[in-house]
Amino acid sequence: MTENKKKNIFDLIWNIFASVKTAVVIFGLISLSSIVGTILEQRADPEKNIKVLSKMFGLSHDAGRSVLGVLDTLGFTDMYHSWWFHAFLLLFAANLIICSLDRLPRVWKLVQEKIRPVPVDYIEKMSIKGSMTLKDKSAGIKRKIVSAMSSIGFKPAESSEGQTVQFYAEHGNYTRLGVYIVHLSILIMFIGAVLGVFFGYNAFLNLPEGETSSVAYRDGDAATPLGFDLRCDNFEVEYYPNSEMPKSYRSDLTVLKNGQDVMKKSIVVNDPLKFEGVTFYQSSFGVHPDGFGRGIIILKVAAQGGQAQQVNVKVGDKFTIPGTAIEGHVRDFSPALSFDESGKAFTFAEQMVNPAIFVDFSDKGVQKYSGWLLKRFPKTWDLPDGNRVEFLDLWGVLYTGMQVRKDPGVGIVYLGCIIMSIGLYMTFFMSHRRIWVSLIEEKTGVKIIIGASANRNRTTLERKVEKLLSMLGTEQKGGK
Amino acid sequence: MNSSFFFGFADVAYFIAMMLYISYLAFRKSGIGMVATTVTVIGFVSQTVGILMRWAEFAEIGQMGWLRAVPLTNLYESLIFFVWCLILVYLVIEFKYKNKSFGAFITPVAALALAFIDISGMSKNIQPLVPALQSNWLLVHVMMSFISYALFSVSFSTGLMYLIVRSEKKNEASYIFWTVTLGIFITTLAAMGLDFLTFKVAFMGKQELIKSYLFKASFRSDSGAVVALSVAAWMAVTIFIWRFGYLLKKIISSFNISAEMLDELTYKSIAIGFPIFTLGGLIFGAIWADQAWGKYWTWDPKETWSLITWFMYAFFLHSRLIRGWKGRKVAAVAVLGFIAVIFTYLGVNLLLSGLHSYGGQ
Repeated sequence: MTENKKKNIFDLIWNIFASVKTAVVIFGLISLSSIVGTILEQRADPEKNIKVLSKMFGLSHDAGRSVLGVLDTLGFTDMYHSWWFHAFLLLFAANLIICSLDRLPRVWKLVQEKIRPVPVDYIEKMSIKGSMTLKDKSAGIKRKIVSAMSSIGFKPAESSEGQTVQFYAEHGNYTRLGVYIVHLSILIMFIGAVLGVFFGYNAFLNLPEGETSSVAYRDGDAATPLGFDLRCDNFEVEYYPNSEMPKSYRSDLTVLKNGQDVMKKSIVVNDPLKFEGVTFYQSSFGVHPDGFGRGIIILKVAAQGGQAQQVNVKVGDKFTIPGTAIEGHVRDFSPALSFDESGKAFTFAEQMVNPAIFVDFSDKGVQKYSGWLLKRFPKTWDLPDGNRVEFLDLWGVLYTGMQVRKDPGVGIVYLGCIIMSIGLYMTFFMSHRRIWVSLIEEKTGVKIIIGASANRNRTTLERKVEKLLSMLGTEQKGGK
Repeated sequence: MNSSFFFGFADVAYFIAMMLYISYLAFRKSGIGMVATTVTVIGFVSQTVGILMRWAEFAEIGQMGWLRAVPLTNLYESLIFFVWCLILVYLVIEFKYKNKSFGAFITPVAALALAFIDISGMSKNIQPLVPALQSNWLLVHVMMSFISYALFSVSFSTGLMYLIVRSEKKNEASYIFWTVTLGIFITTLAAMGLDFLTFKVAFMGKQELIKSYLFKASFRSDSGAVVALSVAAWMAVTIFIWRFGYLLKKIISSFNISAEMLDELTYKSIAIGFPIFTLGGLIFGAIWADQAWGKYWTWDPKETWSLITWFMYAFFLHSRLIRGWKGRKVAAVAVLGFIAVIFTYLGVNLLLSGLHSYGGQ
């Protein structure tokens, strides 16, 4: 008695989850709650969301604050991490599994079932049909039919009963499984995502030029050990000509293990570095909090026709042009130099958009000339007397901002993507096609009756049947 | 001659084609139909040339290879490509179904969209690519997304037409549904047109972005009277459509378009659009996000709205399995699905912020 009741409850739950209507309700729950999540900025400053709410619904600031308070309690300000949203996703997965299991046995039977010959009157009721009568009664007609059928992609089997011979063939019966392959792929992606949540992390790392780190920082600044060391050797920003828009930025990174260099790679946006399951993505850059003073100015100095020599200086330092008595005195540095209408120099940004140094040159103590040397404008490197001072870099000031990720599930998600693509192709672009061709001997000739069916894309098969008819001859062609 | 010339030429061609298609429907002369198709094809070729020229310009300015210099990086370029896809899909349908009746509906949409793009003052400048967009995924991800959007918009119009043809009485749910939907559509378009006109008058400079001005001239006006008037206008439009909707039904029925054909077209365009959207929009988007940002899914507004769209069309495809869900109910799902598409494409860029902010410029 109790067992019977238990079974009923189980059946009830099973039936609820197996229904497409439940799927629709879950789709709706996920969609509607997600809409709230796209309007409210997630994990954002409350003021921002109060503004959005009061603008959208015409609320006062205080009313907006109390509405946000309610939404915050319900978890809508970080809803994609809330327990109830995860519950929705779990329900979705359960629904997907039970829906598929509920229908799979029937479909599996259909897939397993081999095509069988059918009576002629059955063919005449099919959605795609055609018929014709041939005068040729010779045995050659059978061969003609087999070759015509194989030329439209079917390998027929043959059966005979009395005066009737039937050729029949099918293909693509497995494509009926396409839908279930798509369902499976969604579950595989879920598994990958869950693995990522439990065994992976997302972190960031701001690494100044020349520095090494063995940790990355997660949300809330928790330092996560990488298991190796990472050094930023150099960071470089390239700008579009005559613009402050970065064209690309690049970090030259070195991976160290036990103090030994084991890997070197330059990363740019869209091309990360991977090492031992941890991936480093180029995401931002900035100026070291200690400011420009910590930087080293790297110059390449050459007398006219002479050998170039690299020198490292700081603001206030002096250097000489090799082979001459000319001395340069680095007086000033600007991260973003520009000139106003009167030709006066000024700094227009905090970022290193257009770095420049101001250098005084003197020959044996006698002031010769002075001016700005700009990193982005090689024309400024040529001095009036033919000597050349190249401003290569201000090194050690910029840091590279990297997204750091460890996600052991990402491969499984990719696998899910591939399986989904295969499943979708099977579902939408292939079909289970069956064809029967009956030959009935009559007094004056042979009557050919063709019937065919497809679970999808019927018109393609219709065209094939027409092609078959035209190949067999055009005499007394019957209607479709 | 630059790319704008060819876009302008295409616009004129679509406009002439529209008049030809309408006179074809009126006079039923096959010669007129032939000319209409030819003019549409000429417009399409001209638009293709324009897109290719812009592509070449882009490759030169951005100093990049052809694969990366896809002219699909801002609102202006994406709208042009959307119109291009729409005409392509239409030409395929005309060829496959040997039916020119839809031309009278599609060509005015194309002509109006191109004209709107031209006069709205959207930035036509070729902007160099920010580092995040410099990827080979840009081409496949954005192109496939737009092809699916075009297919979905076909399913929207055929779904709506199906509802128009199949609704009999004025108090039926399906009749009320399509009249209200059409009312919202027409009012929204009119409100945006009004925004555009007043925007041109109020702000001479281009410092102010039109996106922050959306519906400011009507539903979001500072004056309460204007808001009330807008709501009244919207209701008047809806009631007008509701009152005279049967005329639209007569027109469509006289165009040699059957309900079965509309149903089939709705299903087919979604059956092709859905896998393209899944692969190009969601899967390729996720792979690219994984490479660029280190996260294949972040619940960014664009991603979330794509998922909502995906759910909508997944529902459409499954709805035929529910008992009693054939015909009109299914068509209503196709219509609602397109509202999600519009929001994914335009709403997110114009109203919400997020990682996909390129499309709003």
